[in-house]
Amino acid sequence: MLQADQVVPTTCPYCGVGCQIDLHIKDGMIFRVNGRFDNHVNHGNLCVKGRFGYDYVHAPDRLRQPLIRANRSDELAPTDWDIALNTVANRLRHARDTYGPDSIAILTSAKCTNEENYLLQKLTRAILGTNSVDHCARL
Amino acid sequence: MTNSISDIPQARVLLVTGSNTTEAHPVLALQMKKAVRQNGAKLILIDPRRIGLADFAYLHLRQKPGTDVAIYNAMAHVIIEEGLTNDDFIAARTENFDALKEAVRDWTPQRAAAISGVPAAQIVEAARLYATSGASAIFWAMGITQHTTGTDNVKVLANLAMMTGNVGRPGTGVNPLRGQNNVQGACDLGGLPNVFPGYQAVTSVDARHKFAEAWGVPYEKMNDHVGLTVTEMMNGALHGTVKAIFIMGENPMLSDPNLSHVKEALEAVEFLAVQDIFLNETGRMADVVLPAVSFAEKGGTFTNTERRVQLIRPALPTPGNARPDWQIITDIANRLEADWSYADEAEIFAEMAALTPQYAGMSHARLEQDGLQWPCPTSEHPGTAVLHAGTFARGKGLFQAVNYVTPAEEVDDDYPYILSTGRILFHWHGGTMSRRSPGLDAIAPEAEVEIHPDDGEQLGIAHGDLVQVSSRRGQVVAAARLTRRSPAGTVFMTFHYAEAATNLLTIDAVDPTAKIPEYKVCAVKVEALPVPRQQ
Ligand code: SF4
Repeated sequence: MLQADQVVPTTCPYCGVGCQIDLHIKDGMIFRVNGRFDNHVNHGNLCVKGRFGYDYVHAPDRLRQPLIRANRSDELAPTDWDIALNTVANRLRHARDTYGPDSIAILTSAKCTNEENYLLQKLTRAILGTNSVDHCARL
Repeated sequence: MTNSISDIPQARVLLVTGSNTTEAHPVLALQMKKAVRQNGAKLILIDPRRIGLADFAYLHLRQKPGTDVAIYNAMAHVIIEEGLTNDDFIAARTENFDALKEAVRDWTPQRAAAISGVPAAQIVEAARLYATSGASAIFWAMGITQHTTGTDNVKVLANLAMMTGNVGRPGTGVNPLRGQNNVQGACDLGGLPNVFPGYQAVTSVDARHKFAEAWGVPYEKMNDHVGLTVTEMMNGALHGTVKAIFIMGENPMLSDPNLSHVKEALEAVEFLAVQDIFLNETGRMADVVLPAVSFAEKGGTFTNTERRVQLIRPALPTPGNARPDWQIITDIANRLEADWSYADEAEIFAEMAALTPQYAGMSHARLEQDGLQWPCPTSEHPGTAVLHAGTFARGKGLFQAVNYVTPAEEVDDDYPYILSTGRILFHWHGGTMSRRSPGLDAIAPEAEVEIHPDDGEQLGIAHGDLVQVSSRRGQVVAAARLTRRSPAGTVFMTFHYAEAATNLLTIDAVDPTAKIPEYKVCAVKVEALPVPRQQ
């Protein structure tokens, strides 16, 4: 029988029910997922997405490299983190200092963690100086 | 949710409206089924479509889409007329009941029946059942909020719960079901243009002082006016007031209404950066794309629909040079004026919990076992399973009179069908994740449009035919699925498929308060395509 190298308890990434799952990892791949019983949310149950919907994690087209282009008519091309991050910071600074803070809009994410949402709104409010931060919860 | 998933089986009556629970929140639906099957609870389903839950329903009211307010006003009318109100609760816990009474006086079940198409007798029966069970719980999802009257819809449901005292006890409550896994958390932690974390208003002087001090920013630099919502951002970009957009983990090019408009908006900005795990439709338009990691490659917390904050844990190495979102954001901040250093996600959580009253008593260490439900004000507090047990957040519950208004777009001779949109079991949202699962995609590989057989016959469309669906804003092609799930005159599509992006059709008319677009009602026409499909 296939034995997991590692079993990691975590939370299903799909819907707002937040079922508790175990990821069974073998050779760096998720090969099995089961629902956890020791909680008040799913009591061992999972739906078809939460049990089988993890191929995307290993999809060949996952982004592995920052991409950049100088003109919209160019194709996006791989770059390194330094160039990518400097470009983002410089362009945001330029917009803020030239057109004012409210010329910048930030979309945070209902798929990202609480910590990430907190940090991105902190960046928006404390550094960029605007409250124009929203996410697609309305959608 | 005001209540918890685990107390659903204690309800005697479940009123489910605008939620296709078995497909969109399947594991929560198990608790509803348990309430009905094992405990004999009665399910009142109020939904135009014959969805999976209809098999469990004691009563199914199939209203014309967009007429919800009429039905709930009439239920309030019946409850008052028949003396089924909980007068002790109204006296002790609420205010403004007289205004509501006045407002629903004319809302007879007959009047609501004429508007909604639901027989008056069914409205009366639903009202009696809901008011007299002893423990009635209301559940809704986007079917209630994705209307121009979304805020009104929620108010009328809250009115029903308050006038019957169905609040603050297990098996009761008003329970919105959150769609995306961390919608609740994104809202809780300030991912909204009007509030800091913990719903502290950006217009409040005290709140601005508090955050300025915590973040080491001069108070004068704190912006004191409410920012833009997603829809307003897109308008701002088109009008040239928004110049730069940064998007983390969202794909507005698939999920926003009236997509052609979004595309023009994103093309118009001077700078667009997108941070995501795939190069999606939005990323392909960007100047810079930053590779982030999936839930399986990072730590942190999500907050579920019952306000339970739960951990995720890294299980896999990050692919290639991709990095966790929190590290990317920190690096951008530090290339501007910031001087942030976070060792890990737990340290970010600690800072955020100290500023967010609902999370104040939580830490990663405390969340290890089973998570915690907010509010959790102190490090000894066990968390809160049922909200509003003793008092409402604002003190007294406020009844709000609501008038019925018609949807923004009604059918006419050119666009004679109502289009409603939603989800199916096998896919999720824009499909970025679920459509990369061959198993899931094999079950539901192509976009379909549900058409009633009577309409199909009239249009000369057979099951499986390719049809073109068009609105005033755009057109898509999908396979016809002839089914009685949707009533005649209404067609239904999901928004899971990029190749048939339903939001090319939808209208960007929004609810004036919540700014949620009306995805559940727009006018379309349906035509058979002249060419037979290739097999
Ligand atoms: S397993 Fe299904 S019901 Fe549970 S969180 Fe995941 S998607 Fe939602």
